[in-house]
Amino acid sequence: MLEPERVVALRRRLQALEPLELEIHDDSAAHAGHAGAAGGGHYRVRIVSPRFAGLSRVQRHRLVFAAAGDLMQRGVHALAITALAPGE
Amino acid sequence: MDIQEKIRQQIAADPVVLYMKGTPDFPLCGFSAAVVQVLRRCGLKDFAAYNVLEDESLRQGIKEYANWPTIPQLYIKGEFIGGADIVREMYESGELQELLKEAGVLA
Repeated sequence: MLEPERVVALRRRLQALEPLELEIHDDSAAHAGHAGAAGGGHYRVRIVSPRFAGLSRVQRHRLVFAAAGDLMQRGVHALAITALAPGE
Repeated sequence: MDIQEKIRQQIAADPVVLYMKGTPDFPLCGFSAAVVQVLRRCGLKDFAAYNVLEDESLRQGIKEYANWPTIPQLYIKGEFIGGADIVREMYESGELQELLKEAGVLA
């Protein structure tokens, strides 16, 4: 499957969390041009990683944001996250 | 006043504080709208809301304050709760309603 450049970049960075499952959906088209979007993309991530076990939701999301790194400042306007530990 | 100090004072001033794009009646982002909707479904009549689109220093400052790169951001009793996904999950599990009751803002 051909993925847009940003999805590929996001996928590559999120590999740092050693995901057992990783789905990235690009919802950008649904949000094009709305106020405050500033040209960035909207993405939805579902990630299952053993790294999340025992962590709070905020801690899990921080790990995802940290892994996404500079993409959060350039290119990614919104990132909806479902972060699960195996078995959840 | 330093923006971080201003944010500290805003968060201390009200039991429920939402940083969002737009206003509760006219949200300008689906994620901000979702948090407002969840708070209202919990039965919350009133909460403090700050529109980051009206203040660029607030928009950047709040990201640094919570070390959280996105908006909306919800605070209850001074504590950072999360963004739209977390707020929705906590509403569905009933945790959010519990927190609001503990904060004394729900009957």
